[in-house]
Amino acid sequence: MASNQIMFILFAAMIVVFSILTVTSGKILRAAVYLLFVLVSTSGLYFMLNYQFLAAVQLTLYAGGIVVLIIFSILLTSHISQNFESSGWKKNIFSALAALIGAILSIITILDYSFSATTEAAQEVNMKLIGKSLLSVDHDGYVLPFEVISVLLLAAMVAAIVVAKKGAPRKTELSNLNQK
Amino acid sequence: MQYFLILATVMFFAGVYGFLTRRNLITILMSVELILNSVNINFMAFNRYLYPHKLEGMFFSIFVIAVAASEAAVAIAIIINIYRRFTTINVEDVDEMKF
Amino acid sequence: MINFNYTIWILLLPFLMFIFLGLAGHKYFPKLSGILGTCGLAIITVLSYITAYKYFFTSEKIDGAYQKIIAFNLTWLQFTDKLHIDIGALLDPISVMMLVVISTVSFMVHIYSLGYMKGEKGFERFFSFLSLFTFSMLGLVLATNIFQMYIFWELVGVSSFLLIGFYYQKPSAVRASKKAFIVTRFADLGFLIGILILSFNTKTFDFISLTNPAGDAIKQGVGIGFLGLSIMTWSMILVFMGGVGKSAMFPFHIWLPDAMEGPTPVSALIHAATMVVAGVYLVARMFPIYAIAAPVALNVVAYVGAFSSLFAAVIACTQTDIKRVLAYSTMSQIGYMMLALGLAGYGGHAGLGYMASMFHLFTHAMFKALLFLGAGAIIHAVHSNYMTDMGGLRKYLPITHITFLIACLTIAGIPPLSGFFSKDEILAAAFHSNKLLFAVEYAVAGLTAFYMFRLYFSVFWGKETHYHQTPHEAPATMTIPLIILAIGAAVSGFIPFNKLVTSDGKILESEIELMIAIPSVLIGLLGIGIAYIMYSKESVIPDKMAATFKYGYKWAFNKFYIDELYLFVTKKIIFRYISEPVAWFDRHVVDATMNMIATVTHGVSFRIRGFQSGQLQKYAFVFITGAIMLAILFIYLWK
Repeated sequence: MASNQIMFILFAAMIVVFSILTVTSGKILRAAVYLLFVLVSTSGLYFMLNYQFLAAVQLTLYAGGIVVLIIFSILLTSHISQNFESSGWKKNIFSALAALIGAILSIITILDYSFSATTEAAQEVNMKLIGKSLLSVDHDGYVLPFEVISVLLLAAMVAAIVVAKKGAPRKTELSNLNQK
Repeated sequence: MQYFLILATVMFFAGVYGFLTRRNLITILMSVELILNSVNINFMAFNRYLYPHKLEGMFFSIFVIAVAASEAAVAIAIIINIYRRFTTINVEDVDEMKF
Repeated sequence: MINFNYTIWILLLPFLMFIFLGLAGHKYFPKLSGILGTCGLAIITVLSYITAYKYFFTSEKIDGAYQKIIAFNLTWLQFTDKLHIDIGALLDPISVMMLVVISTVSFMVHIYSLGYMKGEKGFERFFSFLSLFTFSMLGLVLATNIFQMYIFWELVGVSSFLLIGFYYQKPSAVRASKKAFIVTRFADLGFLIGILILSFNTKTFDFISLTNPAGDAIKQGVGIGFLGLSIMTWSMILVFMGGVGKSAMFPFHIWLPDAMEGPTPVSALIHAATMVVAGVYLVARMFPIYAIAAPVALNVVAYVGAFSSLFAAVIACTQTDIKRVLAYSTMSQIGYMMLALGLAGYGGHAGLGYMASMFHLFTHAMFKALLFLGAGAIIHAVHSNYMTDMGGLRKYLPITHITFLIACLTIAGIPPLSGFFSKDEILAAAFHSNKLLFAVEYAVAGLTAFYMFRLYFSVFWGKETHYHQTPHEAPATMTIPLIILAIGAAVSGFIPFNKLVTSDGKILESEIELMIAIPSVLIGLLGIGIAYIMYSKESVIPDKMAATFKYGYKWAFNKFYIDELYLFVTKKIIFRYISEPVAWFDRHVVDATMNMIATVTHGVSFRIRGFQSGQLQKYAFVFITGAIMLAILFIYLWK
């Protein structure tokens, strides 16, 4: 077996196991940690596929940003070791059924379809190319999505601040103003 | 290549199962992250095996990651607000928008 | 061709007067409305007399027969090429005669009401309703087609309803007006069905083509039979049913005595002289069809008329309310008119009954209006309707006394007053056609004289009752119409009706047959004599006779219990077994179905609202399931 395959099997096993553990674990913090492992394994997959930049982005953003955010919010809003998290068995069964049927359906579709590979030469992906195409206005430039994403990030920042702000003190400020 | 796709499918439906089953809002958010991640794997697999001369898959994945990050941030803000109001983040207790 | 276009004013003027007085009378002319109404009527009377003179004496006659002239005719509703309803005026011997009668009597009643209704609340309303009634009655007699007649027929019913219920705060008046309207409306159902059958078979509404004896319409439907009678006969009997209701013949007579709840001028105008003869007029108008195509119906007319006159005469002998005596007397006299029509044929000497009926209509209008107006003067003086409260009034009410006496002599058939001539013609017609009916009518003539003079002697002679206040004679506005009508009653017997109004328009040669005239006068005198003995002085004979014929008296006094019978049928049978189940069905089945639809919708929506549970995961579950199902459908099943 080629090393590629071994690596793939390893990563794939990790992903599958940890993702199932994430969604079935009883304690939240453990679920968050399992999610972290899933994300790290995914980035390992990306490394394997020779997309280093994306793997790095994945590690930075997902594993380093989102999971940290999640853990902070867990600490803010619930008791870490106390959460029992068991829903009624009816919900479990129906959702499992739905998920299972969906999975089987998709797998059958995938296996049925014949994917035809292309004969063109592979493009070497390096930072220079990524940087250039991210900002180029050519036919295959990505400057428009780039700008849109920056606006979206700005909007998300503002939204998060506004939504999470405490609302009560504003009223006391107003009443102070009136007294003066 | 199909193995990548099958792997992504398993991860996707694990995320779907978690979304439908879990009671804590944050675990639901984590399931959503799983789903988005599986989509990313799909794109990268297609990019590598079917369209190696193009970069669209990768860039799409980058943007998906960016969107996921911003969405997670806003979602956490909302969850914190809900916690302030209801003192619980049990999704079954947050059902005020009913008949 | 003489221009009769001005006759449109005969119809328009009372209608405009009704609207004007009805809308503006109360506010602006409370005292003047009487004068206005009377002036309007005066103009109409003059126009009617001019029309009568022009028609009878200057219009051209073809073959010696008076022609039917259409003064004007406007198409109102067009259904098909040939079927349309018009509004117009038809001039014909009977319609012109009725014009004279209606306008004269109405004019007299208007003048009389100026005095009688003075100071009453609703004075202007009274005059506007009187104008409405005059308009409706004139429209009825001038109708060119049967539907116009039906429209005005109903309008006359409405005016009668409004006028009987004039004192609307009295419950008995309200009840009486309702009864009149409902009974006549029920009879009009027969009338309408008759009209529809008739016009369906003859394909026209127009009177001139319907009653043309040589035309096509009369020949229609004679052959088709239904239960042994031809279609024409059925339709004519049904049409007559309307006449039975409006003319208060048995069995639809129950409304006429109760209609006396209205003011006395109303009783004089409507229920004595004009409206109640509408039925007779209807039969006379459709007479060629009756005589030629449906002679069985004519027999029905004759028998109904004869029975009604006998029935009413018997009841009138026992009543104590003077207005009710006069009401039954009206019913009896109209029975005479119906009988005469029923025994007539079309054309020539067979049309004697027709002419006699119309002659009697004319004279009856005069003397019956006079009787009612006189009764009004009496009631005005004594403030009571009952004979038991009156007596010896001839000292206090001289003019009323004389005119009332003239009217009573006229109705009893004493020559040379007009009643003798008209009644004699009827008896002659009866004698030549049907001896049984002649005998009945002969007896009724005697009874008529008896009960009228019973009334006269009880009121004006007899023991003097103690009056609370001395009765005073009526004012001039009330006595002048009495005098004018008395003159009319006296001399109208000499009008040559046989030259003017006959069944086919030609002159009818007739003379007084002494063999019939003398016995009729004798039985009249006999009735007067018996009444004189019983009532002119204080005497015990009436009570002894009542005691002897105990049951007969009781039944006659209670009007043979017909009212109670009708009430029993409607309340116990129709209401309980037909109306109530139908009402139950409507409430519990029809309404319940509607309610059930609403309840089911409510229930379903109550159960469905659970879909909006507010739970995020339920929504997501439905979403995923839907997506999977769509995927299965489109990828695998939709080939």
